[in-house]
Amino acid sequence: MHLASIPCVVRVLPEIMNQIHSQKVQPEILIRNAVEMDLAAIMTFDARSNKDANPRYWQEMFARYGNDKSKQLFLVCETREEIAGFIIGEVRDWEFGSHPCGWVFALGVRPDVRLDGIATQLYAAMCEFFKQAGVTTVRTMLARQDIDSLSFFRSQGMMAGPYVQLEKDL
Amino acid sequence: MKLQQSTLLGLYAVLELAKAEGGQLSAADIADKFNVSINHLAKVLRILVKARLLQASRGVGGGYRFTGNAKRITLMDVIELFEPVSIEGFEDRELPQATDVEAGLAVALFEISEMMQATLQSITVRTMLKMMEKGG
Repeated sequence: MHLASIPCVVRVLPEIMNQIHSQKVQPEILIRNAVEMDLAAIMTFDARSNKDANPRYWQEMFARYGNDKSKQLFLVCETREEIAGFIIGEVRDWEFGSHPCGWVFALGVRPDVRLDGIATQLYAAMCEFFKQAGVTTVRTMLARQDIDSLSFFRSQGMMAGPYVQLEKDL
Repeated sequence: MKLQQSTLLGLYAVLELAKAEGGQLSAADIADKFNVSINHLAKVLRILVKARLLQASRGVGGGYRFTGNAKRITLMDVIELFEPVSIEGFEDRELPQATDVEAGLAVALFEISEMMQATLQSITVRTMLKMMEKGG
């Protein structure tokens, strides 16, 4: 199946969001493929959490993962016509002796809309893309000190996998 | 990692009461379910109440209910009420005045300790409830 033909647009209606977050009235959120014009907005909130964020890096990310590719996906989430978050993922085959699986490489949410369920919706859309690509496992890699992100992915049902990451200073 | 009996009882009580979604359970209910001493459990429950994870009500029909924030309280938060979470003596990667053997061992044990802490700090009560719903 060629995934470029799958429309990666998910509308999440306020009624559904309100069932999840009864404390807060949520605006309609729209999840769609990223376009180049979104990068400027992504950089503004990525820069707050990542000192290395820069335009060249994001142009390269977009060139690699954007534009309807069959194994890569770069999604953004819009609320009130503003970019509220993004997720980038890729299906990778047979690396480290693993069956093909989906990798989530980056996930970010604008600080003022955190805890509104944006990351959950982006993650769900990415998992749907992976499922349609025929993979049955999703993976990510995080710093041990990044407890907020670890907690988020664990809340989505992710657990430690069968691989251990090793490294050495050279 | 071997948890002390009090720590395990604390985890059982918090998770059982969080599962009840605001409902009340008596100490006897919890002790029966896990087949543990009610006296030991009562001491554990007092610690959890003091930490404001539980609220106790007295009298007929009284009991305990979970009042913590399930999305924020982690396994680490509960465990640390009862015991330190680290490999004793290896809290730091570099030990002062260590022999070569101790220094080598410190690196390995520090890695284990750090992974254990990251795991316990990132699993919330809410995540545990989801895992329990799925059957572990």
